[in-house]
Amino acid sequence: MINLIAVCLILIGLLFFIAGSIGLLRLPDIHSRLHALTKADNLGLGFLALGLILLSDDIFIAAKLLLAWLLVTASSATSAQLIAQRARRREKDAWKI
Amino acid sequence: MNTFLSIALIVLVVSFILGLIRVFLGPSTEDRMMAIQLIGTTAVAMLILGSALLNMPSSIDVALVLAVLAAVAALALSRQQQTRTSQDD
Repeated sequence: MINLIAVCLILIGLLFFIAGSIGLLRLPDIHSRLHALTKADNLGLGFLALGLILLSDDIFIAAKLLLAWLLVTASSATSAQLIAQRARRREKDAWKI
Repeated sequence: MNTFLSIALIVLVVSFILGLIRVFLGPSTEDRMMAIQLIGTTAVAMLILGSALLNMPSSIDVALVLAVLAAVAALALSRQQQTRTSQDD
């Protein structure tokens, strides 16, 4: 039973990863691509780590998986802000000239 | 369960390759940086899946380091732009 739940969670995570990659390829401009990217980072890895936590038998490994997801969430939030800020600054400079 | 995890790993490799296509296409530096972010996250996912598949807990530590270093690249890119604009002024 717990294996079935884990498989479902990993499948949902993979779906988000593929959706994020296709969005990164297909969406027209930089801000919408950033939107697709952050979904893949946070939700995809979150569901994947949750499924693997259910599969792992050691509480220490489960805690490390959770920590990996939290670190990726923090770093992706930071870098998404920085990238959007940089793109916005460049667009503003282009309009000024 | 091992077969399922292997297939999941292959799906992640496909996601990795799609990110590499965006790195190749560009067109701006921000696009490439975003694709590298996606590749970094995919690599973290591949490492934690691989640790479950190969029964190798130490690769979770590698995933943790990769997760920390992902933000540094975007930070360096942002700083580089700022110093360049302040030089122009």
